[in-house]
Amino acid sequence: MNYSTPEIWTIIALVALGTYLIRFSFIGMVGDRELPEWVLRHLRYTPVAVLPGLVAPLVLWPDATGGNYDAPRMVAAAVTICLAMLFKNMLLAIFGGASTLFLMMSLLG
Amino acid sequence: MTTTKRAFLHGIRDGMPFILVVFPFAMLFGVVATETGLSTIQTFIFSIAVIAGAAQFAAIQLMADNAPVLIVVATALAVNLRMAMYSASIAPYLRGVPFWKRAAMSYILVDQNYALGLTKFETEPKMSGSERVAYFTGSMTVNMPLWYSGTLVGALVGSRIPPEYALDFAVPITFLALVGPMLKTAAHVMAALTSIVMALLLGFVPYDLGLILAAVAAMIVGAQVELMVKGRAT
Repeated sequence: MNYSTPEIWTIIALVALGTYLIRFSFIGMVGDRELPEWVLRHLRYTPVAVLPGLVAPLVLWPDATGGNYDAPRMVAAAVTICLAMLFKNMLLAIFGGASTLFLMMSLLG
Repeated sequence: MTTTKRAFLHGIRDGMPFILVVFPFAMLFGVVATETGLSTIQTFIFSIAVIAGAAQFAAIQLMADNAPVLIVVATALAVNLRMAMYSASIAPYLRGVPFWKRAAMSYILVDQNYALGLTKFETEPKMSGSERVAYFTGSMTVNMPLWYSGTLVGALVGSRIPPEYALDFAVPITFLALVGPMLKTAAHVMAALTSIVMALLLGFVPYDLGLILAAVAAMIVGAQVELMVKGRAT
C-alpha cells in the first residue's frame, strides 16, 4: 500500500459520508417518495455484482504467489463458497476455508 | 414497563445471534486493515465511521492494490448501494418520526437490522413510530460496540501476526463466505457469474475501472434474469 496519510483519511471520510448519504436517502426524505421498481430491481443485485468480480482475480492469480496459480488457494476458495452456499453460515464458511488453506499449505509446503 | 422499553428489549434480544458473527468479523477487518498498512487509529475510525463490513473489506483490498483514491471510494460505495433499497423499504415505517431520530437510524442501518426490522414492522403493523425506533436501536445496541471493539482488538493483534499465515487470503475467503448465502435465486447466480467473467475480461482496463464496469453489467443481467423468470411464472 502506497498512500499518503491525507489520502487514507480522504478515503475513509468519503466512504463514510457516501455510505451515510445512501442510508439516509429515503429515511431522511420527508414525504412518501418511492423508488421506481426498475431501480429497486437493479439495486437488489449490487453485492453479488461487485464482490465476485473483486474476488475472482485474487483467487485465480494471487499476489502472494507472484500472480501464479496456487492449488491451496483454489481449493480453499472452492470449499469456502460450497460451505457458504450449503449452510448459509458465513463464519462456518470462513473457518472451513481457512482450515482447508492451512491444511493444503502444510501438506504441499 | 412501557411498550417502547419493551420494543427496545425485544430489539436487543433479536440482535443477539449476530454477536457471534460481528465480533470475529470486526476482528478480521482489524487484522487485515493493519496488515495492509493502515494505522490502528485509522482502522478503528474506519469501522466507527462506516459500519459496513463488505464495503470496508472492498476498500482495503483496492488499497492493497494501490488503486486511485476515487476508485477505492466508488467501489466501496457501489457495494453499499444496496442500502438505498433498505432505506427505501424502511422509510414508510418511520413516517412521523422526528428528523433527528431518522438521521440517527440512518447511521445504524445495516444488513442484519434491516432484515430484522422489516420482518418485525410487517408482522406487527400496530407498532408506533417510537416503538419502531426503539426496536431498531435495540437491535444494534450490543452489536455496534462489538463492531468497534472487535476492530480495535484485531488492529492491535494484527501487527503481530507473521506473514506465513497467508493472511492475503483472508479477504477472498471472507468475500466468498459473504456471497454464498446471497446466491438465493437464478438471477443472483447469473449476476455473480457475469461479475466474475466481466471482471476477468476487463482486467486490462486501467485504474481498476474494469470492476465497476463488470458490476454494472452484472446488475443489468441480474435484473433481466429476474424479469425473465417472473415472466415465465405468470
